[in-house]
Amino acid sequence: MKKQKAFETFIHGIFLILGLITVGCVLLITLYLVVAGIPAIRKIGLGDFLFNPRWASTASEPSYGILPFILTSIYGTAGAILIGVPIGFLTSVYLAKLAPAKVRTVVSGAVSLLAGIPSVVYGLVGMMVLVPGIRSLFRIPDGASLLAAIIVLAIMILPSIINVSITALEAVPKEYEDASLALGAAPVETYFRVSVPAAKSGIAAAVVLGVGRAIGEAMAVMMVSGNAPNLPELFGSVRFLTTAVASEMSYSGGLQRQALFSIALVLFLFIMLINAVLNFFLKRSKE
Amino acid sequence: MRKFLGLMTAAVLAVSALAGCSAQQKGGTVSTDGSTSMEEVIGVLGEAFQEKYSGMTFTYNPTGSGSGIQAVREGRCDIGLSSRSLKEEEKADGLSETVLANDGIAVIVNPKNAVNDLDIETIAKIYKGEITDWSEVGGTDAEIVVIGREAGSGTRDGFESITGTEDACKYRQELTSTGDVITTVSQNPDAIGYASLAALNAQIKALSVGGVSPSEETVKDGSYVIQRPFVLVTKDGVELSDAAQKFFDFATSDEAAPFISQAGAVPVK
Repeated sequence: MKKQKAFETFIHGIFLILGLITVGCVLLITLYLVVAGIPAIRKIGLGDFLFNPRWASTASEPSYGILPFILTSIYGTAGAILIGVPIGFLTSVYLAKLAPAKVRTVVSGAVSLLAGIPSVVYGLVGMMVLVPGIRSLFRIPDGASLLAAIIVLAIMILPSIINVSITALEAVPKEYEDASLALGAAPVETYFRVSVPAAKSGIAAAVVLGVGRAIGEAMAVMMVSGNAPNLPELFGSVRFLTTAVASEMSYSGGLQRQALFSIALVLFLFIMLINAVLNFFLKRSKE
Repeated sequence: MRKFLGLMTAAVLAVSALAGCSAQQKGGTVSTDGSTSMEEVIGVLGEAFQEKYSGMTFTYNPTGSGSGIQAVREGRCDIGLSSRSLKEEEKADGLSETVLANDGIAVIVNPKNAVNDLDIETIAKIYKGEITDWSEVGGTDAEIVVIGREAGSGTRDGFESITGTEDACKYRQELTSTGDVITTVSQNPDAIGYASLAALNAQIKALSVGGVSPSEETVKDGSYVIQRPFVLVTKDGVELSDAAQKFFDFATSDEAAPFISQAGAVPVK
């Protein structure tokens, strides 16, 4: 009996250590980003860093303003949500409530497959198909633009939105729907008036998850957005927070490199904020 | 049985580790780090070097000129590779350069583009955004799409300093590799870009500059003006390892010249 208890304690200890590894990683990354990101912000000045619209890191008189990147990241994510959420939401309602079993199997499989495609492949397809397509469709000189990035991001966030929304919709107690149907409501009416409102916190969490995915994506948008540090324009070449770090890191040095870490810190704060919002919604959906 | 297998594996591992050790003592390793533009040249030289001195290991880490110079300074590699001359402050910091070869930077357009020749002033004006339409330089009526490399790239640094467009370029796209520039220009009939002479292929068309088309001869005799040096960077006062010294001597010898030409750059010897 005593032996068994000791064994239990031992196993608990192992699990505790394994759990702490994750926590340790998060703390380490946070600490590193803060330590690496603060010096450049101090040198440049927080206001100048965040609100100066000019980024010219290797100019003879360098300027380190990341306003274009912040705005691009916000606009790009907002655009992706605007396109991706309606498609993803309606797909999830259809799959969770309306679709015949066979259709559901096929479509869910396709959605999972979409989630498994590496982002560099999205970027490559975007570069070879989407960018020339936008160029000829809108008769603009070059198709690499914010629009191309938004479309790629909208497709990339679909799987997270669909999967999380389906889970939320399926968690709605069947009695709610039965009651609505018994009162004479049509099935579609029931789904949108009863099931969706009951699952709204979960669906909101899905949207926030999509936002997190969109704002953190680097590779795919780097290949289709043109990467010039302009203030965002739908058909203009733009650079995101993520791509600003990724595109210059390999050749950087000195204050430029420190500034890239500061950009990473800003991005990290954005993502922390999104996570906090996500937690808020998830907690509410549990209550 | 399992124990026996374990023992055998351990024995084999030990022997191979020893073998690895002795090979290293006999051969040695040369590590290089730096310019991505020098990839082809250094790749061919590395292969030829390993063929000549069997048992030597040659490594190349394509990180970019700035990182390569930094790596030598910190002693993380034997020889740094830079596709620009060292700056005064870098020389003052105890680094020295040996020019290995010269590389022409070709100005490239889509093969469908009617323009074949531009002078260097016109190219500078296009990159600075003073000329924005192909019709102004004898092409079709279409907006020029200016493609370049990201800040810090050796090719961009070389191109901008030669054309006098530092900090003034109005890029439509800033791409992170030579391959991306070539792909983008090959996809867009109105695009103009720049890339290392060594990387040219049939997907794109290289413009002649002031009547001189980019080639090994015109880079060597200096008549093609958009060119830059490929430099081996070493640290003063730090003796190269035996292997690294052998590679350095080999790369700067007459013997290496044909390999450098083969890779599309122009040897100094």
